[in-house]
Amino acid sequence: MTLPCPPLTAGLAWRRCGAGRAPDMEKARPLWDNPLQFVFACISYAVGLGNVWRFPYLCQMYGGGGFLIPYVIMLVVEGMPLLYLELAVGQRMRKGSIGAWKIISPYLCGVGVASVVVSFFLSMYYNVINAWAFWYLFHSFQDPLPWATCPLNSNRTGYEEECEKTSSTQYFWYRQTLNISPSLETSGNVQWEQALCLTLAWLVVYLCILRGTASTGKVVYVTASLPYCVLIIYLIRGLTLHGAVNGLIYMFTPKLEQLSNPKTWISAATQIFFSLGLGFGSLIAFASYNDPSNNCERHAIIVSLINSTTSIFASIVTFSIYGFKATFNYESCINKVILLLMNTFDLEEGSLTADNLSEMKDYLMAAHPQEYAQLLPQLKNCSLEAELDTAVQGTGLAFIVYSEAIKNMEVSQLYSVLYFAMLLMLGIGSMLGNIAAILTPLTDSKAITSRFSKEVISGFVCFINCIIGLIFTMEAGNYWFDIFNDYAATLSLLLIVLVETIAVCYIYGLRRFEKDLHTMIGRKLNWYWKTMWAFASPLLIISLFIFYLTDYILTGTLQYQAWDSTQGQLVTRDYPSYALAVIGLLVASSTMCIPLGALLTFIRKRLKRERVSTVA
Amino acid sequence: MLGVLLLAFSVVSVASAELCKPDAQNAFKVRLSIKTALGDNAYAWDANEEYLFKAMMAFAMRRYSSKSTTQISNVLLCNVTDRVSFWFVVTDSSKNTTTVPGSEVEAAIRMNRNRINSAFLLSDKTLQFLKISTTLSPPVEPSTPVWLIVFGVVLSLIVAGIVFLVVSGIRKHKKKNKESTERENLEEKGEVTITIENGIPCETLDLKAGHVNGVFAADDERFTSL
Repeated sequence: MTLPCPPLTAGLAWRRCGAGRAPDMEKARPLWDNPLQFVFACISYAVGLGNVWRFPYLCQMYGGGGFLIPYVIMLVVEGMPLLYLELAVGQRMRKGSIGAWKIISPYLCGVGVASVVVSFFLSMYYNVINAWAFWYLFHSFQDPLPWATCPLNSNRTGYEEECEKTSSTQYFWYRQTLNISPSLETSGNVQWEQALCLTLAWLVVYLCILRGTASTGKVVYVTASLPYCVLIIYLIRGLTLHGAVNGLIYMFTPKLEQLSNPKTWISAATQIFFSLGLGFGSLIAFASYNDPSNNCERHAIIVSLINSTTSIFASIVTFSIYGFKATFNYESCINKVILLLMNTFDLEEGSLTADNLSEMKDYLMAAHPQEYAQLLPQLKNCSLEAELDTAVQGTGLAFIVYSEAIKNMEVSQLYSVLYFAMLLMLGIGSMLGNIAAILTPLTDSKAITSRFSKEVISGFVCFINCIIGLIFTMEAGNYWFDIFNDYAATLSLLLIVLVETIAVCYIYGLRRFEKDLHTMIGRKLNWYWKTMWAFASPLLIISLFIFYLTDYILTGTLQYQAWDSTQGQLVTRDYPSYALAVIGLLVASSTMCIPLGALLTFIRKRLKRERVSTVA
Repeated sequence: MLGVLLLAFSVVSVASAELCKPDAQNAFKVRLSIKTALGDNAYAWDANEEYLFKAMMAFAMRRYSSKSTTQISNVLLCNVTDRVSFWFVVTDSSKNTTTVPGSEVEAAIRMNRNRINSAFLLSDKTLQFLKISTTLSPPVEPSTPVWLIVFGVVLSLIVAGIVFLVVSGIRKHKKKNKESTERENLEEKGEVTITIENGIPCETLDLKAGHVNGVFAADDERFTSL
């Protein structure tokens, strides 16, 4: 006799369900070896590159130390509740995103599919960052570092023209790493070096997910802990650098007037939302491999707190590096001005110093007005504030600003290797989560697992992603990367998480979910979680959604930053029409899954009902 | 007699003043940054250093043209500033009134740049001949770029790991298949009794998936003992 699976609330031994099949076909769901592996996997997934290269930028733009106020508020209102929700759903349903939402309501299978689609887009472009990290890591084994000096021009009388106009680190990034084309339209060729690094990155990911939780569980010990070791080393090194204090003071002086700017609150909410990686289905996938009695409430709080603390920690390190770099550039600028004045007016060496510079400039202006006027366009006004104000985020921060600071440190090869290894660990940790979000629904489906083994499915997914990812290794690849980075996940995720929250609270029923959680964990659900799930978080997401839409509509044409090699800086251009079409397709393909899924289920049910009624 | 001498002297000095002045034909400006190069060990620029400079220029001209006629007196310095920069010309040894063409002087200096620099304990950057651009030495490049070597090492490690995991997975799968076919054969012969609960052998139930949920631990107590 076969028993159907009773709901958890019935309280009977659930392990009796699913019977009636031959033993070798019924495979137990793989589990994490211990809860620590699960926590490490979540931390490794959530703590990613965004903590290092987005949060310090936001801190700088929106009021320094004052930004922590909206950040913590958003963490409490939005971050922790939504994280707990996803982990609870995954642990309860014990399936990937598609299966889990199908159980909640058959009309919601589209939500799961949308999650998988967004994860697929993300994994396509995200691994290119790991390829770049590999490239820089391999190049760190040289003395001097290749981005420390400009290469010589053809007749060896000076440096390359493009490198002269910009800095050697920017030249290394834009020309020697990306070999970037002047605009999106000129695609150029695939860069074989980048393609090799991308292939290596995918092989590494494949190695880590090959055996499912058995291999992933071991890898996340390394990918979760190594970044912290490197950050601590960098903290010690960073704080002892000359000029680091300037950066820290600049960061932590709160500019509280920014709190009245709505963009501050929106950025805090967005950062918490995307930093935790909600809506991709990765958290559901990880939690589905949990033991059902696992205390995911505690784990949700731990993971979100660690994620936010890491952001703050990383921004301390980043700002001490900023301070060092800004001071170094400021002092170089001053020295250049001193040298120029000394050479033009033939003054004795040592007569001009940083302290008496302004007085000497006035004196020289009065004494030799004509020559001084001729010199004026070359005399730059060196300002420490201006150097600190150059706020950079994203790949610019990670690969240009940091490498510029590293090249000026002693034993720069060691710091370079450590830093890029850390970036690699952060990136691979996030990639494991993304791939798990794609693979778990696939391995849950009996139709696929009966034909192909897990290794073949994982290999196929990695292979497809690698081939598509070659687009990002072309000369215009970085522009496509920016398109995917800005538009593939943003709007869709907001919609997905909104539907998720409403589904659990109102469609599945908050009381029913509360009972399930009580059975699983053994504790009653706090009123805090209930209020947040039912009211606060959905309202917040709706307002974020409205803000994003109005922002897109009001900006009109979308623009991007292109690298102009003749000027040696970024210029703004408009997207061509086919790029706009791709953006529209990216957003539409994931968001449309939700209504389409509901529609398909509705049609299927109608057809079944008609068939039953005609038979009866 | 004295008058003639004085006249000759003034003519010569006027001539040399005309030959060596800023932006004169075939004149070069030199700039030294001694304090930047040597810091506390910097020496002061005085007449002795100027003499050494004239000697080095004469040496360079002699080595370049290999006719040993250029004298120290053929090198004229003028407009020495506090920066330590000055102009100089090299006059033709046969006729004192003309200067050696700039191209020859430049070539001579390029040929002997190292010797001139080391005489003053300076480098290309700190002893500058303003019209003569320096050729920068290219960085040493090994035949195989270093990054490819590191890449090769990491790639082979990763591929070895993947092959090992895949092969061991296949072997495990084969062993499991063999075991299950053996068990089926035994079942058919009816020799092995396996306790089954709802169609699942109890052994698989004891695997991790059948982990006891703490909430249900009281299950056994519900049944009254016999």
